[in-house]
Amino acid sequence: MNAASRLAAALLAGCVAGTGALAQTLNVVGPWEIAGIDPAQTGYVFSRMQVAETLVTTEPSGQLAPGLAESWSVDADGLTWRFALRGNAVFHDGTPVTAEIAARSLERARDGVGVLEQVPIAEITHDGPEVVIRLNSSFAALPAYLVHFSTIILAPSSYDDAGRVTQILGSGPYRIDRLTPPLKMELVESGQWWGGSPGIAEVSYTAAGRDETRAIMAESGEADLVFSVLPVSVDRLRRNPDLDIQIATIPRSRIVKLNAASPFFDDIAERQAISHAIDRLGISNVIPRNPDLAATQLFPPAMPGWHQADLPPLEHDAGRAAELLAQAGWTPGSDGILQQDGRRFSVTLLTYSNWPELPPIATALQAQLREVGIEMNVAVGNSSEIPARHQDGTLEMALISRLYSIVPDPIGALLTDYGPGGGDWGATGWDNDQMQAVIADLAATADPEARAPLQRRAVEILQEELPGIPVTWSELAIVSGKRITNVQVDPLEVNYGLAAIRWAE
Amino acid sequence: MRRFLLLRLAQAGIVTLVVGAACFALMRMLPGDPAMRIAAGRYGPDAQIAQAAERVRLELGLDRPLAVQFLDWLGDLARFDLGHSLVTGAPVLEELKVQLGASAWLAFWAVAVSLLIGPLAGVLAGMRPGGMADRAGLALSIGLRAVPPFLLALGLMLVFAVGLRLLPAAGYGTARQMVLPALTLGLGLAAVSSRVTRNAVATVTHAPHYLFARHKGLPEAALIRRHGLRNAATPVIAYLGVQAIYLVEGVVVVESIFAFPGIGHALVHAIVERDVPMVQGTALVMGLMFVAITAMVDAITAWLDPRPRSA
Repeated sequence: MNAASRLAAALLAGCVAGTGALAQTLNVVGPWEIAGIDPAQTGYVFSRMQVAETLVTTEPSGQLAPGLAESWSVDADGLTWRFALRGNAVFHDGTPVTAEIAARSLERARDGVGVLEQVPIAEITHDGPEVVIRLNSSFAALPAYLVHFSTIILAPSSYDDAGRVTQILGSGPYRIDRLTPPLKMELVESGQWWGGSPGIAEVSYTAAGRDETRAIMAESGEADLVFSVLPVSVDRLRRNPDLDIQIATIPRSRIVKLNAASPFFDDIAERQAISHAIDRLGISNVIPRNPDLAATQLFPPAMPGWHQADLPPLEHDAGRAAELLAQAGWTPGSDGILQQDGRRFSVTLLTYSNWPELPPIATALQAQLREVGIEMNVAVGNSSEIPARHQDGTLEMALISRLYSIVPDPIGALLTDYGPGGGDWGATGWDNDQMQAVIADLAATADPEARAPLQRRAVEILQEELPGIPVTWSELAIVSGKRITNVQVDPLEVNYGLAAIRWAE
Repeated sequence: MRRFLLLRLAQAGIVTLVVGAACFALMRMLPGDPAMRIAAGRYGPDAQIAQAAERVRLELGLDRPLAVQFLDWLGDLARFDLGHSLVTGAPVLEELKVQLGASAWLAFWAVAVSLLIGPLAGVLAGMRPGGMADRAGLALSIGLRAVPPFLLALGLMLVFAVGLRLLPAAGYGTARQMVLPALTLGLGLAAVSSRVTRNAVATVTHAPHYLFARHKGLPEAALIRRHGLRNAATPVIAYLGVQAIYLVEGVVVVESIFAFPGIGHALVHAIVERDVPMVQGTALVMGLMFVAITAMVDAITAWLDPRPRSA
């Protein structure tokens, strides 16, 4: 036997031997790489995969639900919050989850980058089994902020002397057996979860950046659960009888962010004209391949309280766009491009490829705006270019994908997007006192009845003023094999509920 | 021999300095604010990047004078410390161990696949230029070379993972997961190395010394073994050296489609995210590998063909 045939024999033997060994592991595939283990960076992987837990979590319906905290309450002045921990939670190193440890873990999260920066926290302490958070001003959305992955509660031994996270010792049903950043993580049942034993004891996560790879891994049966399959592959996988496909509408909108202080967009009529020039239905049919995703307002129907079904929709009407532009003083130049006081309507739209659908949507917008006499150049770059150009005021237009469930209450996103000075992923050059007042009221109001009219007002202002122009809403496709059952879809992507998944009989 | 090694060591030292300085300078010359890029790399495109960037700037001392930052890196290097990644926070050496290690294995197996196929097909074709084997080899080689590795990879996945269910489509960690990426790269390499071999063999078999050996009546097998292979091997080995380098650095597409944690993928990320220590460390180790591989190729060709040494 020569070397070549020996090698071939060894490879074949490996193929046969390997097939059996994989049968016991739940194989999860998603696009998210594990770049570093700082919770502020990749905490979502550990939260979704149920390695680490937060004080508060969410139901698949979006309602807040008890996590490590069994219940919570706020004093009458709205300044002191108490989160009562469940008594039976244990970290993977055997340490009980106490209020003292949780408070210290939250303090560390607050020192780093993360959503807690936006909360007016005075101090985080503990009192018996309760984590006590004192605020400088009333902030009703605090529990929603404690769902964010940067606030996962870790065991004291997760940190080094300098307070940096060196390993992830959480309290979830799975502990990390082996972590090979950036692409692979292997988990085993922790054996001491307060919620009982997970249905499947071993889980492996593989990050596959390309959609084609994820789709093929689902088809070949080597992945049991695949997240974020693109529409182009979903169509094919639907025809496969061995696979189940679930689609969730997620609170993410693709919007055109524009600089309302630039001479091109400072007139509300100009922004409305751009909105009328956009054929949302056409884009939704071709790129996300679902006409229902045409964004007739900022928030999708899956966001109750925020989506206003009776609001006049944003519509495609090129004629109306032309009228509005003429009204704003733009007249066609000799080259067919609009002009105003000798200035051509020529702008640059920045976008980025972290979401593969953004560049094609940008080119569709380019063609649609050309129809009404606007020359739009598309520049695809790094996502950080947009906040950078927002900060220095040179941004003209940007196509972005904005997540409104960074914290499960969209008020979190509104505060950063439409507060004074606008935001990296919100308004540029648009300061609206009325909007700011509504947002401030919303942040301080917990009662749903009192919030409803405020929510409506906020949405109406955004629809009228268009500091950002909604283009399409988003979906998340999850593909699972018939080998497993009880797969739940979490549109907020807080927790994939792996512990509830069972092998199909 | 000693002179050869000393020369190569000096070469390695110069490579270290030049590569380190060039990476540092080039990374600073790229447009865009490094703190913003690093923050975007760390916290993703949903985060409040501008806020995070200010913290990053303070944490990493990015506003210190450039000369100070470069001397810092040199000082660490003198202690064989490549520093920490600005994005993941992990030691660069650890990251290289995983990612460069993975790429090196992949490159090894890809070269092994191409060695199994390329030279063999090349010898067959070169023995009878214009014959059936030569023409079939040419067609196959052009075909394999013309198909982008991305498509070849998808084709192999569809056949071996979805169709036959024989091999995993993607992933990393087991020998089985190495097969398809190695095959994708190996076939592409074999497509070219078979033609290089074919030309070398064709040239040798028409050389006067070879024709003379045939005329004196040597059997065909002994003829190839004694007068053919060694002479034809020189250009092939030199070409393999070039291929090995190409493999380690040029396989980003193949790595990303097979979800393989290789260095090409890591380097692209590091450059986009302005992870200077990671870029410097990677370029440095790859530069040194280049020196090592060329040294090896030179040594082997010198052994195969001692003429230049005595001339």
